[in-house]
Amino acid sequence: MKTESKLQQILDSGQFAVTAEIGPPKHSSAEGIRHHAHMLKDYVDATNITDNQTAIVRLSSIAAGVHILDCGIEPIVQMTCRDRNRIAMQSDLMGAYSLGMRNVLCLSGDHQKFGNHPTSKNVYDVDSMQLIQLLRRMRDEKMFFSGEEIKEHEPRFFIGAVANPFADPFEFRVARLEKKVEAGAEFIQTQCIFDMERFERFMEMVRERGIDERVHILAGVTPLKGWRAAKYIQTSVSGMIVPEEMVQRLKNAEDPKKEGVEICIEQIKYIKENVKGVHGVHIMAIAWEEVVPEIVERCGLYPRPKAN
Amino acid sequence: MIIAQQKPVKDIAEMINDCQKVLFVGCAGCVTVCLAGGEKETEVLASSLRIMRKLEEKPLETVTFTATRQCDPEYIVALDNLVDGVDAIVSLACGVGVQYLAERFKDKWVVPALDTKFIGGSTVHGVWEEKCGLCGDCVLHRTGGICPIIRCSKSILNGPCGGSQYGKCEISKDVDCAWQLIYDRMTALGKLDKLMEIQPPKDWTKSRDGGPRKAVREDVMID
Amino acid sequence: MPCSGTIDHRVIMHAFEDGADGVFVAGCMEGDCHFLKGNIRAKKRVQHVKQILDEIGFGGERLGFYNLSAAQGQRFAEIVKEMTEKILQLGPNPLAKSAGKEGGAA
Repeated sequence: MKTESKLQQILDSGQFAVTAEIGPPKHSSAEGIRHHAHMLKDYVDATNITDNQTAIVRLSSIAAGVHILDCGIEPIVQMTCRDRNRIAMQSDLMGAYSLGMRNVLCLSGDHQKFGNHPTSKNVYDVDSMQLIQLLRRMRDEKMFFSGEEIKEHEPRFFIGAVANPFADPFEFRVARLEKKVEAGAEFIQTQCIFDMERFERFMEMVRERGIDERVHILAGVTPLKGWRAAKYIQTSVSGMIVPEEMVQRLKNAEDPKKEGVEICIEQIKYIKENVKGVHGVHIMAIAWEEVVPEIVERCGLYPRPKAN
Repeated sequence: MIIAQQKPVKDIAEMINDCQKVLFVGCAGCVTVCLAGGEKETEVLASSLRIMRKLEEKPLETVTFTATRQCDPEYIVALDNLVDGVDAIVSLACGVGVQYLAERFKDKWVVPALDTKFIGGSTVHGVWEEKCGLCGDCVLHRTGGICPIIRCSKSILNGPCGGSQYGKCEISKDVDCAWQLIYDRMTALGKLDKLMEIQPPKDWTKSRDGGPRKAVREDVMID
Repeated sequence: MPCSGTIDHRVIMHAFEDGADGVFVAGCMEGDCHFLKGNIRAKKRVQHVKQILDEIGFGGERLGFYNLSAAQGQRFAEIVKEMTEKILQLGPNPLAKSAGKEGGAA
């Protein structure tokens, strides 16, 4: 079913999409968000706004979405299952829709132990799979999660989910992706790719099952600022794989930041040319949003197509 | 069974700070099995507090008793004869037992010596782990006998999440990813296709979220 | 006792409550336990009681655990000497000075 989402339009038209990510601040001013939005405007098709990422309290995804929409970028609202029950989720998403948002990314959310409020209660009333299914049903069958009819103005989101080819069990990851597609996911953003070989194996299984023909997969990439960032991700973030060669390459680089950007560009170009079934790229440059325009340009992805 | 652990002795001492005669009640149920509040632990606690208070020159008179269980009214009737003149009752039972004592001895200061932690079982002698999420609507048949509510840190019913790596949960290397275990078990059972079925959201009214629960067997109620 | 492994926390606690200045538990040499791990259990249990005694302000130094075999008369004498010296340094049981006041187990 078609929505008003520009991202959907671009993906459905067969064009290689570009999305990026903005991380809201740990305070109540939207100045930084707006600044980043202006910077990214012409270089992306839509931008995710994270939802209390790593369980650290930040300005909300939906509120930030209002700001970036105002700056001319299409937001992708992120909704985790950690902080809201189904009542709050539906309520917030209807609100988001009324404020002009058209894309939602459904995810489980990092456990609160990682954040700055580890003693809080977590919710996890519904999981990401159920959220995808129920949002889809909300749109296509005009039903609240409870099954009650939505009489009018049902929220019609373009529904996204995440896939992590680098988590375990590897063999089951593609099956779970398929399950998300069955549940109603229409676009997928993957966890950031550093282990290209594993990502290629993942995509091979995806193509074997024909999943790439049913859902738009955007490959996640992250430019690294230096070897310490790489090392940290390698050792301390669950579900991520960073090959040692990458750490070394950054360590030996004269200008690590420049090298980080080079690596990212190489990855995007490689994926575009060699990995079939990928319909776009998702550039997660949190705390380094400035570098996105250069990456997009140097990958030959600028200018971005105009959506109708 | 219910697994509980004794509070730090200083905390318990604080609770009965201004008491002169205290009754310590152990429980021969779950807390005996998990070595937290049985007959032995009760006497060790009483002895510890006697010594502690003697050192403070504020002696403590203690009475000890271990009930068969504190969660049945008939098993705590025996305490009626022991509570006279007692300033406080320290219960070494789980939270249930403490409440039963408080209910029966309304005019007594009843305090918990234990923190009731979870329901689970022993793995090796001396180690107990949480196993059941008390959701009130068991789904173990769908997950190869592994509880997704409590053994998955996010209570995911369609797992695993993206934080599962090397068989461990993202919250700690010491915690197994329940969904890795479920995947392995269902694969071994040849029932992996069952994991492709989308499990709908849980009805949490059957769990804690529906309010305090009750179970009844009409057929055995004779009074 | 047939094996140090049968030592009960309560026996030790009561010994101190009743005024003992020092207590030591002797178990067989590690590896020689007739009941296989009894002396290991004893060691751990004594450790635990020491911890409790520290927590309640009594001090676990008055409690000791030693491994020795029944044939080691010399070693036994050494241990007794060592413990006695330690206890003399620590002084009498701190509860002794409060003896005579009300209190105790019923």
